[in-house]
Order: sequence, then C-alpha cells, then structure tokens
Amino acid sequence: MSIGHTLLGLLESGPRHGYDLKRAFDEKFGQDRPLHYGQVYSTMSRLLKHGLVEVDGIEAGGGPERKRYAITDAGITDVERWLATPEKPEEYLQSTLYTKVVLALLTHRNAADILDAQRAEHLRSMRILTDRKRKGDLADQLICDHALFHLEADLRWLELTAARLDKLRAEVTR
Amino acid sequence: MSAPAGSLLAAEDLRKAYGPTVALDGAEFSIHPGEVVAVMGPSGSGKSTLLHCLAGIVPPDSGSIVYDGRELAGMNDAQRSALRRSDFGFVFQFGQLVPELTCVENVALPLRLNGTSRRQAEKAALTWMERLEVDDLSGKRPGEVSGGQGQRVAVARALVTGPRVVFADEPTGALDSLNGERVMELLTDAARSSNAAVVLVTHEARVAAYSDREIVVRDGKSRDMERVA
Repeated sequence: MSIGHTLLGLLESGPRHGYDLKRAFDEKFGQDRPLHYGQVYSTMSRLLKHGLVEVDGIEAGGGPERKRYAITDAGITDVERWLATPEKPEEYLQSTLYTKVVLALLTHRNAADILDAQRAEHLRSMRILTDRKRKGDLADQLICDHALFHLEADLRWLELTAARLDKLRAEVTR
Repeated sequence: MSAPAGSLLAAEDLRKAYGPTVALDGAEFSIHPGEVVAVMGPSGSGKSTLLHCLAGIVPPDSGSIVYDGRELAGMNDAQRSALRRSDFGFVFQFGQLVPELTCVENVALPLRLNGTSRRQAEKAALTWMERLEVDDLSGKRPGEVSGGQGQRVAVARALVTGPRVVFADEPTGALDSLNGERVMELLTDAARSSNAAVVLVTHEARVAAYSDREIVVRDGKSRDMERVA
C-alpha cells in the first residue's frame, strides 16, 4: 500500500495534524499494522518537498510544535492518478510453496505431507479470519474477505498440486 | 470398536464398494457434541459416501459406526429410520423442499412425521424460521423464494426436531458467496447454540473455515488434518 497516497487522500477532506492523520489511517486501514509516528512525519516531509502538501498552520504548545497539513492541487492530481492506475496483479510465479514441493520430490521426502501441513495451516488462518469477520463491522468483513479469497486460491493450488504429485515427481526426477 | 472419548458419532475402518468401484477404503471419523467438522476432498473421493454411511442411509460393507454408544450395524432398517428422524437433521445442496407445501409446512414436516400436532409443529417451525431470518416466507411455496432463502428454510427444517447431529452435504453449493456465507453463519450459530454436531461436506475452503476441524478424504481414505505434522 502507498502510505503517501493514502495520507494524501485522507487530507482531501480537510487539513489535519500529523497525529490526526495517523489516527485516521490506523482506524480505516491499519487494523493489523498501525503506522509509526516516524512514518507519518517522514512521509509528510517528503510530500511537502514534492509540493503535494503545504503547511496550513503551526500550533506552538508545551511540547513540540504541531504542523497542520493541507493537500495542494498537485496533491489532488497525484491522488487521482494513483486511484485510476490499476495495481499490477501479483502472480507469485516463484512461490516458496512450489520450491518446497519440488525440493521434497528431488530429495525423496514426502511432498504430500508438506502440502497437507500447509493446507492445515492455511485453513487455520482462514478460521481465524472467518471468526474475525463474523464479529467485525463491514470494514473488517471486506479486509478479511480479501485475505480469505487469497488464502482460498492458495488452497486450491495445494489441492491441485496434491492431485498431480505423481506426474510432477516423474518430471522433476527425470 | 471403542469410540474416541466423548465422541457422539465415530466410525472406524469403514469400507464400501459399489461394484468394482471402491468408495471407502478404511475411512475413520469422529465428532463431539457441538462440534462442526468439515469433510473435504476431491470429487469422487468418497466424502458423500462417508456422510451417507455415518447417517445410516447406506450400510458400509465393513467397519464400525457407533452413535451415542450404539453400533448402527446392530440396528435394523426401521430402527435406523427412527434414529434419523429423531436424532439427525439433513441439509442438501438443493434444499430438497417439498414443492407442494408452504415453507412453514416444509419446516414443520419432520415434527409432523414424528407425530406432533399441526399447530405445535408449525409453532416450532416458525420459531426456527425466525432464527434463520425467513419467517416472512412462511406462507410461500419453495418455488416462490430465492435459492438462498430456500436453503435457510431447509436449515430450519433440519434443526426443528432438535437433532444431535446435522448432516450438511454441500449446503452452499448452489448459492453465491454472500448467501452461502449467511447460510453458514446461521447454520453453525444455530447448531452450536443447541449443542448439535455438524458433519459438513464441502469442497469450498471458505465454507470449511466455519468448522472447528477438517477431515480430508482421498481415494476412500480419511485424514484428520489436526494430526498433520
């Protein structure tokens, strides 16, 4: 995820302090990985340098000064371009799982057991996500669904590979 | 056989062949009260045959099935039918509701077959339909409701007798993702709250993720995925 673009997008609704930005980010997108303050401030200074945000005001208090940031027109254009650009599909062509299976076959280990162990681990993760989805709000449900569909795709690959192990063994040990 | 401690339904070394085709080749299974166990595996692996044997619908060629301390093999057809009516509930892929009956009559049907009066049976049916969020369909016939609604009616029918085991064979197979998930939520919530065990046959991992445990059946042999390294 592009943290810079996400913070810019959050600024479109109005100027905010770095602390407010972090809070809004964590609440909407950072369920599993909240932002560090350092990440927020280093990102904001980069955006400032590129003219995508500007300082809207500075509050001096007892602690460190608090800058309030506002998005610029260039910033709005940048967010728009980012939103309109499709993400590159991740194909995982050289997956670790594939490597493990082939190595197991090459070294005459039990590849079916490796696939089954991975399958059990995947389903355990899917159970945890399903439970979280049941108890969560719509945002939680959508985030968990995204992860669930990816895990399901892996699981289908594991099943298909298990069904083709004999053929794969014949090919890799040829 | 001695069933695993605390299990409600357990099977050991089940074998079943249809002519030259081996459907079960030493399969094992066990389930505890209130537990949801997913039975997964490729098409033709024997998972539906396992479910039919466990439910006493199809007798295995050999092996043992113990339900609540009783061997199914020791019962005659009438006893097994009585057991299915009193202790088991069933949900299939296509609901299999009776098209001539209204939804509430469909849900009340297992109670009526057990001798409950129409009034009492339909009252209990409505309570379950409410839990499954389909009470507003009580007067409609199955042909007038959507697939997802029909499947919730079928779940209500499976649970209306207070079964101790629910057998669900691809219960979401004919539904889209959203409807399928809602059916799974309602089925597993309702079963867990009444301490019923659910044997869930599915080929979809996202459906199996509603279970507590998973058994994979391949070439008629079962593997408990909890015991995988």
